[in-house]
Amino acid sequence: MLQYLIKRLLMMIPLLLGITLITFVVIHLAPGEPTDLQTQMNPEASSELQERLRVYYGLDQPLPVQYVRWLGRLIRFDFGESFALDHRPVLDKITERLPVTVLLNLLSILVILAVAVPLGVLSAVRRNSLFDRATTVLVFVGFAMPSFWLALLMMDWFGVRLGLLPISGIKSLGYAYLSFGGQMLDRVQHLILPVFISAIGGLAGFSRYMRSNMLEVIRQDYILTARAKGLSERVVIYRHALRNALLPVITILGLSVPGLIGGSVIFETIFAIPGMGKLFYDGVMMRDYPLIMGILVMGAILTLVGNLLADISYALADPRIRHSQGDGQ
Amino acid sequence: MLQRRQSFWRTVIWQRLRHNRMALAGAGIVLGMFLLAALASLSGSDPSAIDVSQSLQPPGLKHPLGTDDLGRDVLLRLLYGARISLLVGFVAVGISCLIGIAFGALSGFYGGWVDTLIMRFVDIMLCFPTFFLILAVIAFLNPSIWNIMIVIGMTSWMGVARLVRAEFLSLRERDFVLAARALGASDLCLIFRHILPNALSPVLVSATLGVAGAILTESALSFLGIGVQPPTPSWGNMLIVGKQTLGSAWWLSVFPGLAILITVLGYNLLGEGIRDALDPRLKD
Repeated sequence: MLQYLIKRLLMMIPLLLGITLITFVVIHLAPGEPTDLQTQMNPEASSELQERLRVYYGLDQPLPVQYVRWLGRLIRFDFGESFALDHRPVLDKITERLPVTVLLNLLSILVILAVAVPLGVLSAVRRNSLFDRATTVLVFVGFAMPSFWLALLMMDWFGVRLGLLPISGIKSLGYAYLSFGGQMLDRVQHLILPVFISAIGGLAGFSRYMRSNMLEVIRQDYILTARAKGLSERVVIYRHALRNALLPVITILGLSVPGLIGGSVIFETIFAIPGMGKLFYDGVMMRDYPLIMGILVMGAILTLVGNLLADISYALADPRIRHSQGDGQ
Repeated sequence: MLQRRQSFWRTVIWQRLRHNRMALAGAGIVLGMFLLAALASLSGSDPSAIDVSQSLQPPGLKHPLGTDDLGRDVLLRLLYGARISLLVGFVAVGISCLIGIAFGALSGFYGGWVDTLIMRFVDIMLCFPTFFLILAVIAFLNPSIWNIMIVIGMTSWMGVARLVRAEFLSLRERDFVLAARALGASDLCLIFRHILPNALSPVLVSATLGVAGAILTESALSFLGIGVQPPTPSWGNMLIVGKQTLGSAWWLSVFPGLAILITVLGYNLLGEGIRDALDPRLKD
């Protein structure tokens, strides 16, 4: 297991290098300069000032030199300073926003699992029943649903018409004056819509995946054996089949991380949630180069971590991998 | 060869698709959207003509789906939006298929270090949350419909590359390819004449689903204000007005969203239908 882990970690190094290289190339191939915007905002700015800014940010150096310098700073966790008026370090800006985004995504993964697994298993067990057909239709609709539109409708319905849920931010104005219980309730109320919206797409995909997994497993010989032994249908389905059908879900969960993080831009912007997605959107609007580069790298690292966690959990959950450590894997 | 392929498509695939009600519904939606988009061009009216006296009219006889804040007819703008969506969907997917097929073919045909290099590149690209990458690039280009199509295409080819590579890996060892090679066929001839035509069916499925994905991405970008720019009507940017008039003009937020939902649903159903028809084993 330890060997596997070390090997897995070493494999991440070239990936990380590639991630930084692509981030750098993407940002620097684009036309326009970061200093353009800063000087455009200020009509007094002379071309001399623009030149000074270029030297200050190292933009006058050739690209490879800029890349190596940037990489050297990244290794020391120095993501540079934001171009925004506050000139704060990019890393500080990201780390104060990251917990909200991670929390939202973890919650929506939990919702996805809690709903999609039973849904998928039930449709597989009662294949072609009315329930199965209804779920299939719902799954296709959920899959095609533009999440920002659903967010809009939900805001209109629950927020504006019924006045049941708040439609923006993560806490109310008078949050500090609420009792502890009141604060908790306030948090939950603010999280319901965003978590539900971000879970919808994944929900559809996962329950479909769970269903076909389950159908595949039920066809296997060991299920036939279990039935032949005279085990009850419940034991066969929930003990023997479900465990095997759940295994690949771990991998898919890891693979869905980039989609979830990317999607956070959309719903954090709509619900005005101060997370990494909203920060990124604002950075893009301001052409804040260091911030955009920092978040691109951070998003990719989160994906790598997600995949790593998925691989480790898979290895822990699957005895075939757990016990085959010495086999040169 | 050509005739055999045609009969394969006509008989086998069509026979199977015909009995799949969901796939037929999908095909119907897709065709319907093409007709509606054509209708927009025929109508000859200007979807951006402003008439403030008609502003925010609810759906009625004169304006079947109502008007927006500037008095523009929602139905007309939806029809023109269909053209934009189809254009973005097809061009973006065309770009991503071209890149994906090129990389996948090189990777699978030559193997070795070419394969390693390309596949590591694919791994790295897959690490980025796609929407982040798209936003970052769009931020530095002017948000125009052409830039959006190119950027969506350039960030969504990885799946196709992996599919094509897998097909090439298995096909290049098959007898008919070995025979062609023994007869002295060049690499280019082997790739384009012999292997590629047999490797395209999974790409077809992925491309159909890709159109749906591209339409969703475009509408999200336009909704965030960094996609198709007004006054050009797109389903996504029509929803911006819908958000501003939340609670007072429901027709502005409901209809454009429905249009996206139905179109994306159509392509997804068709794509799944083609997948089942190509490989009935996958159908459960």
